[in-house]
Amino acid sequence: MTTATVTGKPDEPVVATRNYLTEEGVTLRSWLLTKDHKRIAILYTLSITFFFFVGGAAATLIRLNLVTPAGIFTPDIYNRLFTLHGIVMVWFFLIPSIPNTMGNFLIPLMIGAKDLAFPRLNLLSWYLYVGAGFLALFAILIGGVDTGWTFYTPFSSLYSNGYVVLALAAVFAIGFSSILTGLNFIVTTHRMRAPGMTWYRLPVFVWSNYATSVIMVLATPVLAITLMLVAVERLLRVGIFDPALGGDPLLFQHLFWFYSHPAVYIMILPGFGVISEIVPCFARKPLFGYKFVVWSSITIAIIGFFVWAHHMFVAGISLYAGLVFSLLSYVIAVPSAIKVFNWTATLHKGWISFDAPMLYALGFIGLFTIGGLTGLFVANLAFDVHVTDTYFVVAHFHYIMVGGMVSAYFGGLHYWWPKVTGRLYPEWWARIAALLIFFGFNLTFFPQFILGYLGMERRYYSYPPEFQAWNIFSSAGASVLAVGYALPFFYLGWSLFRGKRAGSNPWAATGLEWQTSSPPPAHNFDKTPTVTRPPYQYRPEPEPQDV
Amino acid sequence: MQLLPPTASAHAADMDWLFAALIGTSAFILLLVFGLMIGFCVRYRKGSKVERGNRLGRTWRVETAWTVATFIGFLGLYFWGADLYVGIHSPPKDATDIYVVGKQWMWKIEHPGGQREIDTLHVPVGKPVRLVLTSQDVIHDFAIPAFRVRQDAVPGRYEALWFTPTKVGEYRLFCAEFCGTWHARMGGSVVVMEPSDFQRWLDSQDPGPSLAQEGEALFRSYGCSGCHGTASTVHAPKLEGLFGRPVPLQDGRTVIADDRYIRDSILKPKSEIAAGYPPVMPSFAGQIGEDDLLKLVAYIKSLADKTAENSQTGQSAGQSQAGSSAGSAERPAQ
Ligand code: HEM
Ligand SMILES: [Cu+2]
Repeated sequence: MTTATVTGKPDEPVVATRNYLTEEGVTLRSWLLTKDHKRIAILYTLSITFFFFVGGAAATLIRLNLVTPAGIFTPDIYNRLFTLHGIVMVWFFLIPSIPNTMGNFLIPLMIGAKDLAFPRLNLLSWYLYVGAGFLALFAILIGGVDTGWTFYTPFSSLYSNGYVVLALAAVFAIGFSSILTGLNFIVTTHRMRAPGMTWYRLPVFVWSNYATSVIMVLATPVLAITLMLVAVERLLRVGIFDPALGGDPLLFQHLFWFYSHPAVYIMILPGFGVISEIVPCFARKPLFGYKFVVWSSITIAIIGFFVWAHHMFVAGISLYAGLVFSLLSYVIAVPSAIKVFNWTATLHKGWISFDAPMLYALGFIGLFTIGGLTGLFVANLAFDVHVTDTYFVVAHFHYIMVGGMVSAYFGGLHYWWPKVTGRLYPEWWARIAALLIFFGFNLTFFPQFILGYLGMERRYYSYPPEFQAWNIFSSAGASVLAVGYALPFFYLGWSLFRGKRAGSNPWAATGLEWQTSSPPPAHNFDKTPTVTRPPYQYRPEPEPQDV
Repeated sequence: MQLLPPTASAHAADMDWLFAALIGTSAFILLLVFGLMIGFCVRYRKGSKVERGNRLGRTWRVETAWTVATFIGFLGLYFWGADLYVGIHSPPKDATDIYVVGKQWMWKIEHPGGQREIDTLHVPVGKPVRLVLTSQDVIHDFAIPAFRVRQDAVPGRYEALWFTPTKVGEYRLFCAEFCGTWHARMGGSVVVMEPSDFQRWLDSQDPGPSLAQEGEALFRSYGCSGCHGTASTVHAPKLEGLFGRPVPLQDGRTVIADDRYIRDSILKPKSEIAAGYPPVMPSFAGQIGEDDLLKLVAYIKSLADKTAENSQTGQSAGQSQAGSSAGSAERPAQ
């Protein structure tokens, strides 16, 4: 399949010298002005990694502060820290992570296209991301923001003493980045599929990014308008959300969650996509119930728009609204459960190997199941009244977003690393990191369920002494977790220079992206591939490697 | 190391059962999923020599089965939680109303008899209590884990929360909605007392006039009595006997005159115009603070069991009425 190759050392697979990393030149300028989706994906990966570490540093300080009941920092510093953590993690890591890095890199490869539909728009969206990121960092440097990532009014619009308008502007700008990426993916998926790549032959990864893009395009404008209204109220003192000026504080929450609940699916659906690629590959079996997995993504994307008020059960919505939104939240839990069952069933009668990506994927299934099940707890009206705004909710969404989504991100990173870089990483270290992350994660977040039920409220820099024991466990877990997250940084970095050559298809996987060389050439495929089979046609024993 | 919070209200015990059911259901699903996952991983690991023929081809039966099963299981939990939720939104008629105003960063509490406290709430054991919550600045949230209840205190609105304490003791009270610098310190305790001790506590406080009595004074000083008073010539609705009754509106709807209606009528008089009256009342938005609003509402509430004729007999009758509607906090008018 690959052309223009030279040999590596005799025992190593051959590597393409003509690849996207070298073809357009290696100058900074050639990178900053690139229109190649793969290079833009690399730019995103670098910047998103940076923000992941910024958000992670804030998390470490938060856990450090909570080791003692009295707290270590002043309340204002603590409030700025969790706001920083939330804003960075939600908008600069979770939402863009998988779509903008792996989606950008893989969607064209997976559907047999040369690039995304709008390469320039793609580059623009990266610049928006970076610009917004620096704006947010600037707001933090000159003083910070203390509203929490949810910007609840009228606190944010009139009472906060932080740089709220700057932070709002940053989130506003990154919203445009999301919209542009979403549009690009939608058009690409519709228009650029290779001959024979019918909708039901699309890998689930493409489907889930497609569903995500639809949410991005439809929901993000609502967020943008909402944030703009907060800025208007703050700057001009026009009454929109503050009742003292004739506004309605709950209006903000309705608008905000109308975006932000679907947004939690923006965060998790691409993760579903990654897991649906990894599990069949390492179980050597077709994905169980492919169509059900696809349609459950679409269903989640749609119902995701109708459950926003489950964040407001104690905010003063009517009794009937509570009853309806709770029921809908239970409905949306069903398609999520379907996926878990399907991945598990895929293992049945497989030929399972436990390489690092698979360890991350199995970790994902376990943690997502716990996160999803506790979603049933918080979607339950009477139960939510007791635990909302406590650490129970914090644990719930961290199980989904950190245990689930970040595991999927790391799993995907390891799975496609050989494709992106042409190198393999040291497998042993990768497995150690996966296990550390799994144990560290549970030690960090499981105690928080208990803390929440006991009544420890979120966003407290200081708490009653009887909560201390569980907080110490949680902080201890966080340090294990931090080591787990830092490890890949080192061994992946090492592999860039010293890693073994990967060859085009080290996992003997079936997707189109594995049929071109690693790293792929700038135009992806020498000849546009023709697709004749559905995805995931794995056989029990790996096929001989395709070189 | 604590595992469960104290259980000090009737609702708390019900909630713990729901919690147990949720845990039971999840434990079942979790064991199923983890058991299968680990079982498959061991049995079908690469290189193990087990039979792998005869794989399941058509999946829709399996898919339909587990989709339906999951949904039905979930529905059961939904109804259970919904039932309890309806319960905590339906206070009994004889509940004592206590007013709570959140403010950066304290809880101001006013008993019907006029006793005030800050960050501590005294209540008698075994008697239903209904808290009427509002906020003077940002959104706060009044949370009592031992009772398993919480409710946001939203500026510009009244929200209610009720419970019946079942155990004497002191329990923690928190603000749960982020409200600025000292959010973490905006809490205190709920003190549940024997009714006799509670009565003694009430008597030992130096309450000054009751809420309703203060409200009555405000009613005159803000000029409300100019139109609504018995001697007034303006065609305005009389407020005696109003509270809790249905009010026909000009646009054909009918609303119940509850706390919210009274409050809105003061601040947004044009939004719900009572049928048959000209919309001449000015808005008092921005002129009357939360504290005073509460007192006015308490006063109008105290007129609930009076009729307009009755009130002709004069102010003093109104005052003793106000005192008696305050229930256990009854004291002779000064
Ligand atoms: C699928 C991925 C999911 C993600 C990424 C996610 C994420 C989140 C986040 C970020 C919050 C916190 C909001 C806050 O700051 O207050 C939250 C709360 C909540 N989640 Fe999820 N969630 C997911 C799944 C579910 C599921 C499946 C359910 C229901 C069955 C659910 C029900 C809830 C409810 C009811 C709340 C509100 C809790 C409260 O504020 O009391 N979530 N979730
Ligand atoms: Cu507060």
